[in-house]
Amino acid sequence: MKNLKYIYLVIFLAFAGCNDDKFLDREPTDILGEDQVWANEDLVFSVLADLYNRLPDYQGLENWWEYANFDEAFGSNAGDYWRHQNQEYGYDNWEMWDYTYIRDLNLFIEKCEGATEISEESRTRFLAEARFIRAMVYFEHVKRMGGVPLILEPLEYDNSGDPSYLQYPRAKEHEVYDFVIAEMEAIKENLPNGGTKSRATKGAALALTSRAALYAGSIANYGQLTPEVSLPGGEVGIPASMADGYYATSLEASEEVMALGTYELYNQDPDKSENFTNIFLNKSSNNEVILAKDFLVQGRTHGFTIETIPRSLREENTSGGKINPSLNLVQSYELLDNTFAELPTKDASGNPIYYDDPMDIFEGRDPRLLGTVIVPGSTFRGKEVDIWAGYKLEDGSVITSGQLGGQATLPGSNSPVQVVGFDGPIDQLEWSAQNGFYLRKYVDTSVGSGQRGTGSSVWLIRFRYSEILLNAAEAAFELGELEKAADYMNQVRRRAGFPIDLTPGEIDFDRIVHERKVELAFENHILWDKKRWRLAHRIWNGVTTNLTNNPGDALAVSTRVFGLKPYKYYEPGSPNNGKWIYEEFVPAPVFNAHRFRLGNYYSQITDDVRNNNPKIVRNPNQ
Amino acid sequence: MKLNFKNILGMMGIAASVMSCSYDNYDEPNFQLNGRIVYQGEPIGVSYNDVYIELWEQGWQRLGSVNVAVDQDGSYSSLLFEGDYKMIIPNNQGPFQKIANDQTGNDTIPVNLTGSMTMDIEVIPYYMIRNAEISGGSNKVSATFDLDQIITGANAKNIQEVSLYVSKTSFVDNRTSIATSNRGGGDLEDLSSIALEVDVPERVPTQNYAYARIGVRIEGVEDMIFSEIVKVDL
Repeated sequence: MKNLKYIYLVIFLAFAGCNDDKFLDREPTDILGEDQVWANEDLVFSVLADLYNRLPDYQGLENWWEYANFDEAFGSNAGDYWRHQNQEYGYDNWEMWDYTYIRDLNLFIEKCEGATEISEESRTRFLAEARFIRAMVYFEHVKRMGGVPLILEPLEYDNSGDPSYLQYPRAKEHEVYDFVIAEMEAIKENLPNGGTKSRATKGAALALTSRAALYAGSIANYGQLTPEVSLPGGEVGIPASMADGYYATSLEASEEVMALGTYELYNQDPDKSENFTNIFLNKSSNNEVILAKDFLVQGRTHGFTIETIPRSLREENTSGGKINPSLNLVQSYELLDNTFAELPTKDASGNPIYYDDPMDIFEGRDPRLLGTVIVPGSTFRGKEVDIWAGYKLEDGSVITSGQLGGQATLPGSNSPVQVVGFDGPIDQLEWSAQNGFYLRKYVDTSVGSGQRGTGSSVWLIRFRYSEILLNAAEAAFELGELEKAADYMNQVRRRAGFPIDLTPGEIDFDRIVHERKVELAFENHILWDKKRWRLAHRIWNGVTTNLTNNPGDALAVSTRVFGLKPYKYYEPGSPNNGKWIYEEFVPAPVFNAHRFRLGNYYSQITDDVRNNNPKIVRNPNQ
Repeated sequence: MKLNFKNILGMMGIAASVMSCSYDNYDEPNFQLNGRIVYQGEPIGVSYNDVYIELWEQGWQRLGSVNVAVDQDGSYSSLLFEGDYKMIIPNNQGPFQKIANDQTGNDTIPVNLTGSMTMDIEVIPYYMIRNAEISGGSNKVSATFDLDQIITGANAKNIQEVSLYVSKTSFVDNRTSIATSNRGGGDLEDLSSIALEVDVPERVPTQNYAYARIGVRIEGVEDMIFSEIVKVDL
C-alpha cells in the first residue's frame, strides 16, 4: 500500500513536469549562435580577431627557442642544448598541414559574403582581412611544404560512405604563390592605407606580395642549383623561366609600398645603435612597422623578456639570458668602411691583443651590432652587464668560478675577489651569457616587463619597411637593375649608420645575403631565406669546421655556434695588468655540426595525411 | 576462514589476478630478413643512417612502412613477422640507380617471408671504388684507389669530389672526420691510382689508431659511395 502512494506521486509529477515544451528549448548561455554573430559587427570582429591570433610564426617571441635552431644564436637553456647536438634536422621539422584553420577561414569568408545585417563597409573590410589571413596561411604552407591542395570553400561530407570526392591533389608550388599574389591584388583596395598596425592594410597586402613573389622568384632561379629538389608534377619546384616574372612582380609591389607615403624607415635617435633597437620597442611614433602581432600591458603580454633579460639584471628570481647571439652573427657585422673582418682577438703573430675597455674590440662596426646584441661592457636599462669569464694569468691558466659572480683568491693576494661575471660565461651554466653575448633585439626595457605578473608588450613585427627595401634591392639585383638595387640597399644602410654608400658595382649576391642576415636577424627570415637561395644545404653541411675568416661570404660554412670569452689579464706590475683579452671558443653543449639535407627543403607530409588522401604525393629526397 | 560472500570474492580476485598475469597476447616477430645492397655481388658502402629501405605490407587499414636502415657496409637487417612485403628503396636514396624487378616490372621487390631469409639487392652504382689501399703511420693516413665508372651514357654523372676521412670511431664520414682530404672531380686526370693523404691532428685523449675510409661524392646525388672502413695505426 505504501508503495502505491509513491507510484501515484511519480506519475503525477511526470505529467506535471512535461507540460511545457519551451522548458526543453533553452538557448545556450555560453555559445553564440551563428545568426547572433553575423548580425553584430563587434561579434564578427571578435571572430576575425581569433583568426588573426592563429597566424603561425616559426620563430617568434612566444616560441623563442626556435631562434637557436641554426647559427644565429646559442640556446643558453639546458632544455634546448639538444638543438646544438643533433646531427640533422628531422624531415618533419617546420611542417604544417593546418586545414582546420583554412576551413575556419573559408567558413568566415563564405558567411561574411552573405552577411546582410552588418554594414557594407564593414563587410567589405572584414572580407578583405579574412582573405589576407587566408593568403598568409597558404603562404606559410607553401614555404614549408611546397604545393598544397588549394581549397577555397568549406567542404562538406555528405555522409554517403564514399569520401573520395573530398580528396584533392596538391596544387603546383607556383600555383599557390600565384594564388597569394592574385588575392592580394584583388583585395588591396578594400583595405585602409595605414591607420592600424595590427590589422591588414593596403601596405600589408603589398608587403605580402613583395615577399611571396620574391620567394617564388628565388625558388625558380636558385632551384636550378638543386634539380633533385623537385617533383615531376610541379608540386615542388618552380620552372626557371618564371623567375623574372616573379622578381618583377615583387619589385612592383615593393615600389608601390614606397609610393604610398605611409611608411618610412625609423630614424629618430641620434645614436644609431639605440635607434635600431627602438624600431622594435617604440610603438608610438613608428612608421616603419607595417604589420605586427601586438600586445598590451594588463591586456595580453608575453614572457619573452622574462626569458631573455640579462641574468644579472633580471626582475624575477630565476631565469633570463636564454638567447645568446652567436659569434658567427656578431662577426658578420662589418666595419664602417664597408669591409668585413673577424673580431681582432689576436695580432699577426698570434699573440692576444689587450684592450683597455671591454667594448673596444667591437669598435668601428655596423651600429646594428650593438643594437641587436648586448656585448661585454655594454649597458641594458642603464646598468652595465657583467660578462667576463675569469682572470687570465701570464702562464695562460685561468682563475674562475663555477658560480655566477663567484669569488676566489688571486695569487699574491690574501682575500678573495670576484673572479667571474654575474652574467658568465661559465661552461655548461645555463640562463646566462654562456657564449659571451646576450640578445638585445626585442628585449623590453620597460620596468616590470621581466616580471611574470606584468610581462612584456613588445610587439612581434611581421612586416616592416626595411624588409620592403631589401626585397626591392634583391629583386632589382636579380633583374640586372644594379642602380636601383644600390639605391634601396643604401637607404637601409644609411639608416643603420654607414657613412659610405655602396656603389652599384658592389652589389652582388654575397651583399644581398649578408644585408638580410644582419638587418633581419631574429625576425624569422633565416630559414626561409637560406632555403629559397638553396644555400641551406651548403652552409649547414654537417662538416665540423672552424669559424669562417670571411664573414661576408654567402657560402661560408657555419655549422656550429661559436662564442667569445672575455678575460681580465692578471699580472701585477705588467702594463697589461687589468686589460681585457678575448678568446673564441665553442660552448661545451655544442657538439654536433648542423646538417641540412636535401629532404629538409620541403618538409615531410605525414603518413596520416597520405592515408586519408592517396592523391597527395610525397615530398622528395626523404 | 568463513566461506561468506566477501571471502569468496576475495579468493576469486586473487585467482583472477594470478591467471591474468600472462604476458602480451602476441608473439614477437621471429623472422630475420637481412642482406646487402650489392653490385655483381660486391657490397656498396654508404654513410651511416643516411640510406634506408622501406617495407610495406598490404592489408592494413592504414599504410605505413617499416624503415630499415642500411649500415655502413651496405648491409641491412630487420626482424619481421611472416607475410608478404613489398620492399622498395625510396627515390633519391643511395649512390646508385635501381634495377627493375622481374616479377613486378618496376623497382618494387616482392618479399615473401616464410622464414628467416637473406636477400641481396642488386643495384647499379654510378661508380665503384676498387683496389682501395689505406695505410697509416706517423700521424698520417694515405690511400690509393681506382674508380670504376659503372653507369655510362645518358645517365652518367660526373664525380664532384673524392675524399679521405679519418675518424676516432668506426663511424666514418664527413660528420665524424677529424682529418679530411678532398680533391675535386675536375682535378682527377684519370680514374685509376688516385692518391689521397692527410695529416691527423693530435687526439685528446690519446689514441694511437683511427678508422679511415674513402668517399666519393657524385654530382647531383646526395648520398656518397664509400670504400670499406680500415683501422689504421697512427
